Amino acid sequence: MQFWIIQGLNSLALGGLLFLLASGFSLIFGLMRIANLTHGAFFMLGAYLGANAIRSIDGVNLWAAAAGTGLVVAAAGGLLERLVLRQLSTNPLGQVLVTLGMSFIIADACLMIWGGDPIPVPTPADLRKPLLMFGFAFPTYRVVVVGCAIVAAIALYGLLERTRIGAMIRAGVDDMDMARAIGIPVSALFTAVFCLGAGIAGAGGVLGGPIMSAYPGLDADMLPLALIVVILGGVGSLLGAFVGSFIIGFIYTFGIALLPDLAYVILFLPMIVVIAFRPQGLFGRIGA
Amino acid sequence: MKQISGAIFLALLCVFPLFAGDFYINLASQILIAAIFAMSLNLLVGYGGLTSLGHASFLGFAAYASAWFTTQMGLGVGTAAVASIVATMVMAGLFGMIALRATGLGFLMITLALSQVLWGLAYRWVAVTNGDNGMSGLARPAPFGISLDSGANYYWFTLVVFVVAYWLMAIFVSSAFGSALRGTRDQARRMSALGHEVWMIRWITFIYAGFWGAVSGLLYVYYTKYIHPSSLSITASAEGLLSVIAGGSGTLGGPLVGSALLIILKNYASAYVERWNMLLGFVFLFIVLVLPEGIVPGLKRIFSRRQGGQS
Repeated sequence: MQFWIIQGLNSLALGGLLFLLASGFSLIFGLMRIANLTHGAFFMLGAYLGANAIRSIDGVNLWAAAAGTGLVVAAAGGLLERLVLRQLSTNPLGQVLVTLGMSFIIADACLMIWGGDPIPVPTPADLRKPLLMFGFAFPTYRVVVVGCAIVAAIALYGLLERTRIGAMIRAGVDDMDMARAIGIPVSALFTAVFCLGAGIAGAGGVLGGPIMSAYPGLDADMLPLALIVVILGGVGSLLGAFVGSFIIGFIYTFGIALLPDLAYVILFLPMIVVIAFRPQGLFGRIGA
Repeated sequence: MKQISGAIFLALLCVFPLFAGDFYINLASQILIAAIFAMSLNLLVGYGGLTSLGHASFLGFAAYASAWFTTQMGLGVGTAAVASIVATMVMAGLFGMIALRATGLGFLMITLALSQVLWGLAYRWVAVTNGDNGMSGLARPAPFGISLDSGANYYWFTLVVFVVAYWLMAIFVSSAFGSALRGTRDQARRMSALGHEVWMIRWITFIYAGFWGAVSGLLYVYYTKYIHPSSLSITASAEGLLSVIAGGSGTLGGPLVGSALLIILKNYASAYVERWNMLLGFVFLFIVLVLPEGIVPGLKRIFSRRQGGQS
């Protein structure tokens, strides 16, 4: 029983982290039609920057590191969008290739700066004690990560559905030309959404640090999971990213625990089913 | 004129090992193998308008299959080669059924995800793939009793396969089927209104590209006599795609030029800098931002302008 509960919680924690990665990817894809393959690298960059900040700067705790790193990665994302992707606005394939090139550059820069050994991120001291509930012990930090993901999901939902900016973003997703024609500053929105997506991914990397630590190849491990989440949930859909993240979190965690050799193949299965019967994804409105 | 220069180029390729050192012969073999790989990807990218970021699946899968058939199943190298190619084509058929539900960026993301699944499998399924250690101690085939262990012999073997591949792919793209494929790239809806089975055309092309991807994978594993999960990585797929785009997608010679450029760059640059991935990233940025049409179409345009202005 303890096994199932602990693995269930691990699944939720991984799902939460995946949501932080996939929601930004999905939003960027939905609004800008850019498959941002740098997204995994943003996550990894966040993990490294956060680990570094916590270990080398006195008095910086995990939350401050996550916030600061989120801002730094958001700024990096904004620069990438403004300086490079903007040049290629009529060339979607070129944009994908550039984001792929950037992911190689960032990943190699991380390897160059921080070396090949994993850098663990310490769990905050007050969250190290297991949480006792219903006679079971839960690792507190994982519960907190799930909480963070839910808070982020609610905040993103509020932003998209309840604010003026959110209404503009939704208008841009549905019909960009019309949105432009009625005076919505789509160009500024693009940069804002790209920064937002990159920032969430960067902060997610820091929050994931105590669970998975920062290591070379983290980007290549996380990006395909995020892609599968988005293919599963539907591009541009926040709800799809949320549901997809937790589905993949469960399948991957239990796959690793029960059939470690074949965990990657099991990931396949929900993707095949969804693509076969609902190519636009569970909650997607636009085709990929 | 074109035939003559082609024949001269081919003759030069044939006699090349007679006056070049071992390092250059091996470099040329690598280029030819990478070129077959890039040419097969070009069928999808250039002629089908289907940008795949998972083409290394075919190379890596065929290489692993050949290694597994020879070391675990005890098959001969030739039988294993046939079995590997058939297995890869079956896999391409399945992958095609999934990935071709989408086009454009969706196709790209699905092919990427599928190839990452294989990559993860190669890393984790240690019982079959030997994980991160890779599979070593593999043998080269000896067609008609000729040993391919020397660099020059292997180069000639690769060259023969390359010429056959080039020739067959040239026939493929200039055939009626090739025209239909280009039609599905440019005007999918009209092609389907004209009664062409767009999906079927793409699927057959996907499998055909998988066939040549498998051939390049076999040549690769014979060349290195070793296979590692990195052959299935996104970097491997990306290098192939970059070769196609750098050389010029949708041209027959482009992938050869692009592969030559990339392999030479990789070999020389790695002698001076450790950071191949970073350099690869910058080459990506450079090609996309500065030379988006590729080298071969770029040169063609310059050449035809010199000859009298018509492009």
